[in-house]
Amino acid sequence: MWFLTHAWIIPALMALSFLLILFFGKLMPKKGSEIGIAAIGIAFILALLTAGSWYTHNNEEVEGHGDAAAMADVQEGCSNEVDHLAAEDHGEETEDVGDHEGEGRSDDGGSDEGTDDHALGQSDSGEYAQSDSGEYAQSDSGEYAAPAATSTAVASEGEEEHLTRPVVRCAAWAEIGTPGSSLITWGTMVDGQSVLMLVVVTLISLMVFIYSSEYVSGDRRYTHYFAFLSLFSASMLFFVLAQSTIQMIVGWELVGVCSFVLIGHWWEEKPNSNAALKAFLTNRVGDIGLLIGVAILYFAAGRSFSILDLNILAANGGISHGILLVASVCLIFAVMSKSGQFILHTWLPDAMAGPTPVSALIHAATMVVAGIYMVARLYPVFFEGLSIAGSSVNFLAIVGAVTAMFGALLAFVQKDIKKVLAYSTISQLGFMVTALGVGAWTAALFHLFTHAMFKATLFLGAGSLSNAAHHSFDMVNDMGGMRKVLPRTFWTFIVATAALAGIFPLSGFWSKDEILAGHGSLFSAGGNGTYHVMLVMLLIGAFCTAAYMTRTIWYAFYGEFRGHGTPHESGSRITVPLIILATLGAVVGVLNLPEKIGPFTFPESISLQFEHFVEPVGAYFPAISHAEFNIPLAIFSLALALSAVLVTYLYYWKGAFKFLHGLSERNRVAGLGKTILVNKYYFDWLYTDVITGFVKGPAARATNWFNQHVLDGIVDGTGKGAVVAGQFVYENIDQKVVDGAVKDTAIATSEAGGVLRHMQTGRIQQYAALFFAAAALLAGVFVVAIG
Amino acid sequence: MLLNQFLLLAAILFSIGVYGVIVRKNGVLVLMSVELMLNAVNINLVAFSTYHGLGGQVFALFVIAVAAAEVGVGLAIVLLIYRNRRSVDIDQLDELKG
Repeated sequence: MWFLTHAWIIPALMALSFLLILFFGKLMPKKGSEIGIAAIGIAFILALLTAGSWYTHNNEEVEGHGDAAAMADVQEGCSNEVDHLAAEDHGEETEDVGDHEGEGRSDDGGSDEGTDDHALGQSDSGEYAQSDSGEYAQSDSGEYAAPAATSTAVASEGEEEHLTRPVVRCAAWAEIGTPGSSLITWGTMVDGQSVLMLVVVTLISLMVFIYSSEYVSGDRRYTHYFAFLSLFSASMLFFVLAQSTIQMIVGWELVGVCSFVLIGHWWEEKPNSNAALKAFLTNRVGDIGLLIGVAILYFAAGRSFSILDLNILAANGGISHGILLVASVCLIFAVMSKSGQFILHTWLPDAMAGPTPVSALIHAATMVVAGIYMVARLYPVFFEGLSIAGSSVNFLAIVGAVTAMFGALLAFVQKDIKKVLAYSTISQLGFMVTALGVGAWTAALFHLFTHAMFKATLFLGAGSLSNAAHHSFDMVNDMGGMRKVLPRTFWTFIVATAALAGIFPLSGFWSKDEILAGHGSLFSAGGNGTYHVMLVMLLIGAFCTAAYMTRTIWYAFYGEFRGHGTPHESGSRITVPLIILATLGAVVGVLNLPEKIGPFTFPESISLQFEHFVEPVGAYFPAISHAEFNIPLAIFSLALALSAVLVTYLYYWKGAFKFLHGLSERNRVAGLGKTILVNKYYFDWLYTDVITGFVKGPAARATNWFNQHVLDGIVDGTGKGAVVAGQFVYENIDQKVVDGAVKDTAIATSEAGGVLRHMQTGRIQQYAALFFAAAALLAGVFVVAIG
Repeated sequence: MLLNQFLLLAAILFSIGVYGVIVRKNGVLVLMSVELMLNAVNINLVAFSTYHGLGGQVFALFVIAVAAAEVGVGLAIVLLIYRNRRSVDIDQLDELKG
């Protein structure tokens, strides 16, 4: 439990490592790399201990009933909804009033949905429980029936069901508005999903750190490199532990900044700094989606950033479908940029300009999986917003499937081994996004987990190859025949390739198959909807994956050595991480063995362990259903992968299909296809030449013209008009009326003075005469008036 | 005696004073004419006091005192005019002419 409540130590440790390396790295005997390795090593151990702690915690029996008991580990103040539930639950226990419960139990037989979520919209959640539990409560895969199944309900089903109890700790960060009305918190939300990511991130980072200490040795910014590698891990760890969406944004942006710094590590060469800028700016485009999405959810959830609040409200109908739809579409744009989905994927291949270990880190553990993680974290938003259950097409699935298929096709025309892997990552991320899109949540995270292992192996293997080939990544021109000189790299590469292609019984097979089965189409039953088109696209993607990886192996390891110099195997600090990761990549598939394959049944203690570990059960997660292992589909996809390998093998090794050689030169359609692929579907052309070019050229000129002629015309015209008006006013009103009045007054006064001055003779007697005359006159008037 | 006889005398005396003030050129004579007018008023005051209480006599005494002060100031002015101009002809004193 201590590890669950103190998970913040892990990112804090890496952040500390960043600062230590930055300030003291150069003074250390190994230029700071030892600090980084030590820190990530400790972080990895802590992550493992946290995972163990979570395993124990997750298997504990829960006393009491209802959500409040299930979420007993949420610190007060971290989630309004949970506080609310706890208060109601408490009240119920003491008063023992049955009106809530009666209402809750009367509407369905199998499950009692929440005695205590009036605030979440009784009608919606009631409906939910009915429709879902009716369908899934009896399914033999043993899924929980409703979001808020209580212990009594579970007992009536005769199933042992655990509710997940996320451990949430938070601290106040800022307060908006009147005190207590809206608190922004930051803290940790530890559940299976974040613990999984803690382990993955620290494991891959540890391998990358060790690998880097040899790979970039002698680099001029060696210390700086390790500092930012630490910060990269810290950011991602911070992100996965995020308790509020605001914190998520912070982690998300930190990851972006670190990727910018590391992709542009060798910024002296212009293409590298361009690639860094491209990665950063493309991500900015998607970040806008994230900001808008988070803002929408904030207001929709009654001013709460808490992820738990958002999920509870979204899963139980507390937020309307339309708002969730808009929010999820906005968030998908963020996923597009961060996780390299079409149409914002273009930065990812260019990001290969960074050092290879960085690519491995970006692709396996930190940067690109952030998007997947975000969707998985806020899954109720997407599940409800996109109506994943019961539909056959939605935006998330489309994006993923298109990416999975078209990304894989692009890998065929690449000469640079890292770019092959980059497109492979794009394609595999497409698999994960599709899986999330079709409701196969666990499959997506499982694929993320296995993919991290073998993709890291592949990238690190590519780095090892380039180390041998004089730092070239051009597998067509500078590699070949590496099999004999780099045996360890070769074998790890082969294992990882097989895992990626989904060859039985390596990890990729299990995770890919789970995704395919999750489409609920073709041979498989169950699932959340029926996604035929996506399944076909993913199968094509899987076929291409096996084929282009075989092509890569041919170019890199077979044939004659085409480079120059003498290649040599890399040192142990490169090969040991390779071997570890390849081994893991081969075997981690057993973590989520299906319960039964045909007649053969695995015991409960070893099957679906991953699912049990990772997947949340409770009010803050939608009631997704799980496809069973599907033998025909598994055999079909395996056959597809093997046939792809076979065809490619025959084509390259044996020279079969002679008519295909040089087809693109002879056949116009094939040539056109190849041109499109070589030009990456013209996305770069579209962005650089069409959009940017339009902005720089015609748009800029048009704006300039508009400015010069229209805006300046208006300003000039206004000025001229004002001058004319001023002149008119001066001549007619100021001069004539105002000045005229003033002058005439003066003239009148002057002339009156000229007349009256004659009276002033200066002779006192005349004045006296006038005075007496006036007095006499007035006296006369007085006498007459009185009289 | 009838009151109107006194009033008639005072009116005559006042008119003579007005005439002197307006017509005479000599500043001293103008002052003397002013005295005539004042005394004409005194006659009136005393005459009315015979029929209407002693307030008029008190006023007459005040007028005499004020007349004495006025003459003091007036003669001092006339004296200064004479020193500056060697003449007391007020027709020549028209420097305030507009």
